[in-house]
Amino acid sequence: MAKVTIDGHTVEVPDGTTILQAARAIGGEVAPPTMCYHSKLKTSGGYCRTCIVKVSKGSDKDPRPMPKLVASCRTAVMDGMEVQNNTSPEVLDARKGVVEFLLMNHPLDCPICDQAGECHLQDLGYDNGGEKTRFDFERRTFERKDIGDKIQLHMNRCILCYRCVKVADQLCDGRVHGVMNRGDVSEISTYIENAIDNDFSGNMIDVCPVGALTDKTFRFKSRVWFTKPMDAHRDCKKCSGKVTLWDKGDEVLRVTGRKDQWGENEEWICNDCRFEHKKSSDWVIEGPRKIDRHSVISANHYMKLGVPHYKKLEK
Amino acid sequence: MKALTNRSKIAVDKEYTFMERLYFPAIIKGMMITISHLLKKKATLRYPEVQKEFAPVYRGKHVLKRDEKGAENCTACGLCAVACPAEAITMTAAERKKGEEGKYREEKYAEVYEINMLRCIFCGLCEEACPKEAIFLTDEIVKTSYDRQDFVYGKDRLVEDMNKRIDITKRQKKY
Repeated sequence: MAKVTIDGHTVEVPDGTTILQAARAIGGEVAPPTMCYHSKLKTSGGYCRTCIVKVSKGSDKDPRPMPKLVASCRTAVMDGMEVQNNTSPEVLDARKGVVEFLLMNHPLDCPICDQAGECHLQDLGYDNGGEKTRFDFERRTFERKDIGDKIQLHMNRCILCYRCVKVADQLCDGRVHGVMNRGDVSEISTYIENAIDNDFSGNMIDVCPVGALTDKTFRFKSRVWFTKPMDAHRDCKKCSGKVTLWDKGDEVLRVTGRKDQWGENEEWICNDCRFEHKKSSDWVIEGPRKIDRHSVISANHYMKLGVPHYKKLEK
Repeated sequence: MKALTNRSKIAVDKEYTFMERLYFPAIIKGMMITISHLLKKKATLRYPEVQKEFAPVYRGKHVLKRDEKGAENCTACGLCAVACPAEAITMTAAERKKGEEGKYREEKYAEVYEINMLRCIFCGLCEEACPKEAIFLTDEIVKTSYDRQDFVYGKDRLVEDMNKRIDITKRQKKY
């Protein structure tokens, strides 16, 4: 076990835990924001640098601070380590720089993008970004691409977090690579399309932190905050069948996996559940999904009025 | 009984004085007040011949603006509807097809855009929330009607007419 102090909060975690996981164990504001790290995907993290923290004391045995800010998702804790996240102006300043880099080529099309309202980059920019861009050049642009008939790729919005590549790697068989080219022109590309026949390829949509991979069956149907998230399940041979339905009236507009408080999937769901079952009658509804009260998705949702109605359905 | 205030006067049935019995001074005093009001500026206007000037930021009927080329600014992002405290705005989005670039400015547009003017409280929050400078409140007044359905304004009555453009420069935010 290792004792680690993050922003003045001490927590004891097993050896080998990363700083990020230790911070999440404390919870709340202490946990650094993440874009590319996904707890259910192996080897994810380490690309976006959003979760950088300052290690002001290495460990009890070697109290020297680490020379540079480190990515908390890839750094393991040591006994007696002291970490600064929000309490260090250096970290906040560096994170602001990271956001600026991420937004450099990201189009400002939130009013059109289907991800708006549940977009991690939006939250990150709002919390840590600057008010204006200092980037004078043209943003890189790509053509919109269809990956299969249900998923759409907007490469313009991609921040190259590699999460979808990991999904294709770890959940779908028969693919080798996911990103073509390098640097400024790198692009999520063709090999990923080959993974589309797989039953779990739809999870790419869920793991995408921005609006680069979106559900074509939900395209422009509604803004996220006009839909009502409901927990539901069905008997599915391929997956757990536990999903979140996004309803508008009696209509099911979209089906996604259930996401935890960090916006990461609890379980993977199959394409059959995601794309083919868009009727309320296909599902057993468990009740309204609790979304953070501060999220725009919770706007105008009157939980109390709904409660008796949902209880009746549970019988 | 003790009076609650010291302003109350006890009525006494006393006799009129000579001046009071003449009546004329009191009549003249009253007439002076009447005549002085004749000369004063009128508080009312002869509506509808004369109409009062509106403040530049008056919040009346909404308009959905078009850009210089006549394309609709609105992309149906839904921020006005979520900002609306009266929940008066509803919309349905649609995707722009090839060849409609002149009609709609962005890839997505509002196929249906409705404001229920009976629900609307004219607070102007929709205007404030709009990221595309699409919706503005104007100095027009919503017309009366006997039918409730007449107050649900669709795109036919909200979108700006290119022949009768509405000037909103005075209420645009300056950055």
